[in-house]
Amino acid sequence: MAQQQKTQYAIECRKITKMFGQVIANDEIDLNVKYGEILALLGENGSGKTTLMNMLSGIYHPDSGQIFIGGREVKINSPVDAMNLGIGMIHQHFKLVEAFRAMDNIVLGTKGKKEKSKTTSEKIKQISETYGLEIEPEKYVSDMSVSEKQTVEILKVLYKGAEILILDEPTAVLTPQETEKLFAILRKMREKGCAIIIITHKLQEVLAISDRVTILRKGKSIETVNTADCDARKLTELMVGRPVSLEIERPQMPETETILKIVDLSVNKPDGSKAIDDISFEIKRGEILGVAGVAGSGQKELCEAIAGLLPSQKGAILFQKENLLGKTPSEIIEKGVSMSFVPEDRLGMGLVASMGMTDNMLLKSYQKGKGPFVNRKPAKDLAEKLIGKLGIVTPGTETPVRLLSGGNVQKVLLGREIEASPTVLITAYPVRGLDINSSYTVYDLLNEQKKKNVAVMYIGEDLDVLLELSDRIMVLCHGRITGIVDARSTTKEEIGMMMTGENNMIDTGKEAL
Amino acid sequence: MSNSTENVQNEPFARVIKRAELSAGKTTLLRLSAVLLSLIAGGVFIACVGQNPFVIYGTILSGAFRSMMAFQGTIKLMIPLLISSLGVTLAFKMKFWNIGAEGQIIFGATCATFFALFCSGMNHVLLIIVMFLAGFIGGGLWGLIPAIFKVKYGTNETLFTLMLNYIALHIVSYLRDGPWMDPESQGFPKIARFDKNASLDKLCGIQFGWLIALILVIFVFVYLKFCKQGYEISVVGESQDTARYAGMNVKKIVLRTMFLSGGICGMAGMIQATGSDITLTTSVAGGVGFTAIIVAWLAQLNPFSILIVSFLFSVLEKGSSVVQSNFGLSTDCADVLQGIILFFILGCEFFVRYRFVFRNKVPKFNKKEMEG
Repeated sequence: MAQQQKTQYAIECRKITKMFGQVIANDEIDLNVKYGEILALLGENGSGKTTLMNMLSGIYHPDSGQIFIGGREVKINSPVDAMNLGIGMIHQHFKLVEAFRAMDNIVLGTKGKKEKSKTTSEKIKQISETYGLEIEPEKYVSDMSVSEKQTVEILKVLYKGAEILILDEPTAVLTPQETEKLFAILRKMREKGCAIIIITHKLQEVLAISDRVTILRKGKSIETVNTADCDARKLTELMVGRPVSLEIERPQMPETETILKIVDLSVNKPDGSKAIDDISFEIKRGEILGVAGVAGSGQKELCEAIAGLLPSQKGAILFQKENLLGKTPSEIIEKGVSMSFVPEDRLGMGLVASMGMTDNMLLKSYQKGKGPFVNRKPAKDLAEKLIGKLGIVTPGTETPVRLLSGGNVQKVLLGREIEASPTVLITAYPVRGLDINSSYTVYDLLNEQKKKNVAVMYIGEDLDVLLELSDRIMVLCHGRITGIVDARSTTKEEIGMMMTGENNMIDTGKEAL
Repeated sequence: MSNSTENVQNEPFARVIKRAELSAGKTTLLRLSAVLLSLIAGGVFIACVGQNPFVIYGTILSGAFRSMMAFQGTIKLMIPLLISSLGVTLAFKMKFWNIGAEGQIIFGATCATFFALFCSGMNHVLLIIVMFLAGFIGGGLWGLIPAIFKVKYGTNETLFTLMLNYIALHIVSYLRDGPWMDPESQGFPKIARFDKNASLDKLCGIQFGWLIALILVIFVFVYLKFCKQGYEISVVGESQDTARYAGMNVKKIVLRTMFLSGGICGMAGMIQATGSDITLTTSVAGGVGFTAIIVAWLAQLNPFSILIVSFLFSVLEKGSSVVQSNFGLSTDCADVLQGIILFFILGCEFFVRYRFVFRNKVPKFNKKEMEG
């Protein structure tokens, strides 16, 4: 790279605006990154981070504003344009061909004749050494771990000559240890003169990796600060717009009876592969059992098995000594096991996106009452009650819930489940995609249930939250339980090790001490 | 980096962007202008084939309404179209792509015909009721078959229902040429005209199928909007996962709804055969099953809109048959007109949700649109 380029910005965005229908996703955003710098893009969900980055990588087109790359104004019309300009984006969800080897994925989409695989392999090795990446070019993607796949994604863009890297929430799928490794690679790239933009909403990571932070709030660029002059509190304040308390309450409940007991449970995925492998645990009344694990370790299948949606291969699910296995979902609902399972997109399973709140309240109770007709009155009353009680912002009870914001959708879902006065409440990623405020409302709601002696199972992503909120934490890894620990005395590192299934090593280590 | 110089490009000439959600009034205005535009485009087409568009349009209207008999003819065309549109609506609401209304109409008519031909001595009221049931169950079974395979083996319902259309059609051909051939037709393959006892009574000069159709409009509306089963259909249509999560038996709902959907179409067939044709022919459905799909979607699956849309379609069809006899313009021209109208109306849905932005025109008016 030419020396004089280092002095100017790698990317400079001036007054970028992008609208989707009525929603302003980006409102005159300014952003710049130098070569040899890591910029963190911080903002709550819905603040426009991903939209902005998608414009830089040619997926969307800005409605107005200018983009400069290396000092020259450019129009980026397609991902190919972006690639030619040296911009490489690493998406949150990997875009790899599973049936291909790493190297095939890496050369995919490059122009020119297909090289001999040996030459390609050499090239890849050379790049890997430069940046300290570890990779086996011959390995098939389907055999790779999540962090290996991410390495392939990074190599893919480096191979095509990208000098500007954009990473969209790269750490969401990684364990703490893997994250550290990724950061080491990013630092190496920075040394080599790459410009890196990393999107995240985890404050600790921003502080650990970035040189500067640009904060977005509601589609506007609020401020750009030097990371060195900042701490988590200040960043949160900038992100939310006012001071926020970051403490989560953890009420202590007296020891009570076990309500749900899982014994030697094995569950297969619909495709026949093993999702849950011979696990046993129990949940007590008045406790929050946190479930940690890398995404896809069997959390989803565990939830579905308990709710009766997925058949189990062996074992038992005992609810007050009665086996729930083989019962239909409606029979399980009647017993008071409420599952507010929220998959990747909130509206996937718990709510009907095109219906209003009233009809969504009906979802689990419409069978009640005699006759062929649906009685909407109680549902409407319930909807109105929830709007008042939880502060749900909606134009009315008949507005389709897909038009509500993420936090409000989550409140609708959780509110309905709680109103059914469950004895067991299973929540999966209830704060995914929520802003900080809504997240805290959700934690409060869960704690309220705990105080009412409800057994709560909380499947979470953010280890910091799990550590603060749960009474006990169960760690899943490849469908097995790698440990159940007291949340009050464990550490993030310990859980991280369990998430990769390496806890046996810790145990032996402890014994040696 | 070096090749980036050549890659600095202009913006594309036009881009599509999502627009703010339009108000109901504006949407209606947009749709009305689409209808107007389609009439103009249709007029251009008529002018191209050497006719005066105003005269032709006038004839279509007067052809459908000029006399009591003409109006009755229009309604007669409308009855099977309306009923089968209601039938497919049930399936579509569940996002089950039932394009087999044609076959369900035919098979329903066939089952009813069995009783018309071989039990014509029965008490009249009883016979009519039995034939209605036969039509309903016949059509329902024809709808149930693809549903069973879909639920059990995950087969593609679009292909399956489509193929069943041809099977139903050829069953009728077989019956016409063989077991059910009219013995008095001297070898000419046709099915005997039904006994008077086995044909539908008239009400206000038209077979009373129109009353059944109107009752069905209200039934389907209430069923979808206020019944538990209707609620289940909407949830299953939106997301099967959600339905399972709410404790619904998705398979049962799919089977039940398809039986009902096919059954209603089967009744359309029975009414057409016993009320209008007074016999069973291979053209008992005559494409109505396919037009019904268009009607249902144009009406956005709302039973009352279906009533209006199917009426308008029947006016067009009746009117253009008059145009054919008066001006010698083939009914194919009516199909072209129908196509043009559909093209504009369906095309306008795109503009309800999106609009174009042209190069060098920064959409500043965007913000105004929002504030307004």
